Amino acid sequence: MDLTRLTAFQLRDLISSGKITAKETTKAYLDKITVTDKNINAYVFIDPEKTLKKATELDKKGNLNLKLAGLPIAIKDNICVKDEPTTCSSNILSGFKPPYDATVIELLEKNGAILLGKTNMDEFAFGSSCETSCYGVTKNPYDATRVPGGSSGGSAAAVGSEEALWALGSDTGGSIRQPASLCNVVGLKPTYGRVSRYGLIAFASSLDQIGPLTRDVKDAALLLEVLSGFDPKDSTSSEETVPEFSKKLTHEIKGIKIGVPEEYFSEGIDSKIKERIEFILGQLKKEGAKVERMNLPHTEYAISCYYIIAPSEASSNLARYDGVQYGLRVADNQLLKNVKNPMIRMYLATRSAGFGAEAKRRMLLGTYSLSSGYYEAYYLRAAKVRTLIKNDFQEAFKKYDCIISPTTPAAAFRIGEKTDPLQMYLSDIFTIPANLAGIPAISVSAGTTQNNLPIGIQIMADFFQEQKMLNTAYLIEKLQK
Amino acid sequence: MQISKEIVSHTGHLARLHLSDDELELYSSQLNKILEYIEKLKKIDITNIAPTFNVLNLKNVLRVDTVRPSLTSEEALKNAPDKQDNFFVVPKVY
Amino acid sequence: MNKFEPVIGLEIHIHLSTESKIFCSCSTKFGNSPNSLTCPICLGLPGVLPVLNKKAFHYAIKSSLALNCQVSESITFDRKNYYYPDLPKNYQISQYGTPVGRNGFLKIKNRSSNPVKINRVHMEEDAGKLIHDQNGKISFVDLNRTGIPLIEIVTEPDIYSPDEAYDFLQELKITILYLEIADCNMEEGSLRCDANISLRKAGDKKLGTKIELKNMNTFKGIRQALEYEIQRQTILLEEGEKVTHQTRLWDPLKQKTTSMRSKEDIHDYRYFPDPDLLTYEISNKMRNKFKDELPELPMAKRERFKKDYFLSEYDADLLVRDKFIASYFEETLKFHINPKAVCNFLTSDMVGVAHEKKIKLSNIKLTPKNCGKILNLVKEGLISIKTAKELLFDLLNYDIDPEKYIEEKNLKQMNETSEIKNVIETACKENSQAVTDYKNGKNSALKFLVGQVMRLTKGTANPAMVNKLLNEKLNKEEGK
Repeated sequence: MDLTRLTAFQLRDLISSGKITAKETTKAYLDKITVTDKNINAYVFIDPEKTLKKATELDKKGNLNLKLAGLPIAIKDNICVKDEPTTCSSNILSGFKPPYDATVIELLEKNGAILLGKTNMDEFAFGSSCETSCYGVTKNPYDATRVPGGSSGGSAAAVGSEEALWALGSDTGGSIRQPASLCNVVGLKPTYGRVSRYGLIAFASSLDQIGPLTRDVKDAALLLEVLSGFDPKDSTSSEETVPEFSKKLTHEIKGIKIGVPEEYFSEGIDSKIKERIEFILGQLKKEGAKVERMNLPHTEYAISCYYIIAPSEASSNLARYDGVQYGLRVADNQLLKNVKNPMIRMYLATRSAGFGAEAKRRMLLGTYSLSSGYYEAYYLRAAKVRTLIKNDFQEAFKKYDCIISPTTPAAAFRIGEKTDPLQMYLSDIFTIPANLAGIPAISVSAGTTQNNLPIGIQIMADFFQEQKMLNTAYLIEKLQK
Repeated sequence: MQISKEIVSHTGHLARLHLSDDELELYSSQLNKILEYIEKLKKIDITNIAPTFNVLNLKNVLRVDTVRPSLTSEEALKNAPDKQDNFFVVPKVY
Repeated sequence: MNKFEPVIGLEIHIHLSTESKIFCSCSTKFGNSPNSLTCPICLGLPGVLPVLNKKAFHYAIKSSLALNCQVSESITFDRKNYYYPDLPKNYQISQYGTPVGRNGFLKIKNRSSNPVKINRVHMEEDAGKLIHDQNGKISFVDLNRTGIPLIEIVTEPDIYSPDEAYDFLQELKITILYLEIADCNMEEGSLRCDANISLRKAGDKKLGTKIELKNMNTFKGIRQALEYEIQRQTILLEEGEKVTHQTRLWDPLKQKTTSMRSKEDIHDYRYFPDPDLLTYEISNKMRNKFKDELPELPMAKRERFKKDYFLSEYDADLLVRDKFIASYFEETLKFHINPKAVCNFLTSDMVGVAHEKKIKLSNIKLTPKNCGKILNLVKEGLISIKTAKELLFDLLNYDIDPEKYIEEKNLKQMNETSEIKNVIETACKENSQAVTDYKNGKNSALKFLVGQVMRLTKGTANPAMVNKLLNEKLNKEEGK
């Protein structure tokens, strides 16, 4: 039996019934990583010895009836794990080991999960391809010449290549859903406030959410219910009750109302993707769903809005990387001879050496949007447009239970293909609105293109209505089998 | 051209990023393209629209004033690139 | 008449006396070893988030109400972005758009009908401390202070002399101390003050060029720095030169201000709402509750003391300066009728003894009732004022009835003529030389003999009577 081919539910049954051990499970994944990751580059840190020790301890002394007992999980490199390297795939954090665990890490460990390792990502989650990582690009498991998507590309590729049972990612503008779609896995961004952000290294604080990347919808539901819930350490964490999503999952969706926004089927979208989504919508209709064309009129402004708000917040969030307390420090460089103040020289030298081009670009954009004289025209205006985008969804969800769209306008592109930053930004067009509105969204497999590249379908729902979204996704998944 | 190289350079200094001439050239043109795209926001009428800085409607999230143990100074300084006598050390600050 | 008029504004930072920091659970204790009161949150490590301290929030509301501010219905926090090694996140969580309080005022001495206008009161986190290695090329960073809750109080440019600035700071400090939300200790940096000062031609409406003054560590220092600046700028203006906008540091040793090394930084704080902290509402109910709970504030108390107890401005001020003394005063008055006597006894004697014995005023065990009793004993002539002071010294730390105490210790004043006469006889016998000296015209011998009588009675003899009776005796003998 190849343990790495099983879902979390299947593995959990085997572990809790004593048929296999946590150690065997973990070993199977570590072996798989050894064989496969040379080609994929999904992981940036693993510590097999320590990981196996943890699994062995669990087998000996642990409670095997815990929700995630013995299930190994990969963690995106922007989530803090105590005393383990956590670098956001950036040189500026090289060597950094946080002295604390993120709340989600505490929850995983409390529930018996085994941490497999840290996965690659776009530097500070700035990107849609994993190409901005300081550790080099991760390869798409379906075509090594193509990107896995991003920024949670390492997590998506790890799950997609069966180097991980499942993984945590973070999603600021599509960073879970887009790579999930490109790597043929399930990716879920929870409602903003559903999962604690404490210990998630911030990109854009008002948009970031941690979420699961999994083999199937049921696993995503299980992981979500473990991760969710109020955290007193996060002032933006909701006290909304957390349903047992995985237990409540159902294929029965008769009478459900699905909105299909016209704006998400505009030109520029891959015709095969359009065809597959239309096909699935037809299937849903047959299952008793009411499917209607509708409008989200401010969709065209979402990218502009996002590319002001996210970089602005990022420019402030990333100011702390200055070489004083942790991470890279470069005291000086030749270009800074004219700067008299040695402290400022250190700031400039450290930050100029530590950040990659995309991080610099976004910090420049964000700093500019917030700077004196531009704040009203850019940041404040974007915050107001955000209200309009949010209102579009609020109106829509008065009528519809779910909104369905493609996850991305195209399947995985080639490594190095997108050199123009703006072109890269435009590829997030369908995923960004959910972050701006704060609503939950999931991407599940919608088949493949002619070249056999995976494509995803996105289901969005109203605030804290993850169950409705999961049920629809669960049915779609079944219908594709 | 909306944003000059001078402004990009100044913005870089605010963000404590030193940009070489080549970088300045590249980022100026890229930022201009992005800002040009973003211009479309100016088309929308935002009169009487309140800004959304965070989608959550939570109010008065507070914690009780109690002390919990801090890190030890060793833990606090563990990641420090330069330290001395329990202090972080930096170049002389004026 | 002065040709130029100074216009002064003050910015005061005050540490709120919470147990824990504003956004994390580290202690706010002063004087710990470096970087020992820090956690991932106040260190601003990657991934951490702030959660607001409820007490700090409430204290900020109280201070705004005490300073007669309009309290905002809801507040948010903003990030003030700038790079400095004592600021771990390189942004400070502060308030820009919606301060807790706005448009307040504080009455000060000589300006009760024209109080000093206060622009705003807002909350923010403190930064850490830098220690500069004077000889070497490095600085040391201690982040224990990082995240201690502060209120910043900003006045309007509505102060017109260094003395007024001094009076404002005194009044502000006492007012804040009355609220029991801060200890306002300048030596420990828990109260810090920067000043803006400009000069304009007397009668002009328009403000002159503003100079920012920093590094004043005492209220006196602030007054001196302002006085120095007025002189410096007056000379410049009289010589037809221009004052240039800059920040200047007060050097208390050299007693002068010097221009700060020009920063390579251009200030653009890029304030924006902190997305990690949401809205904090201050309901009418909450505001009214805090308003009702406000203690009587110093200015009102001073006025009431003057009116109700016929005290001078000076006496009222002495009493009100310390909230404990002020309330002790009124409590004592329930047991002793003379306000002036209580006032003198407290402000000169009790404060002095407490200081001498190094007892904090608020820790005094002597009850107002017993204090009143002491003064009653004096009034009834049962003890001398000198004994009263000695009682204060003996009893300050105890809840002991002074009436019983003087019985036990035999401290009651000797008022019986016959008793005193007996002691005088003894004293004269023992010191016949002095008696002779006096009779030979040496007047100082009388004083000596009075002293001897007091010694023999352990100070309990009524000194007026001793004087009178001794005089009578010696002069009578002489007349014989």
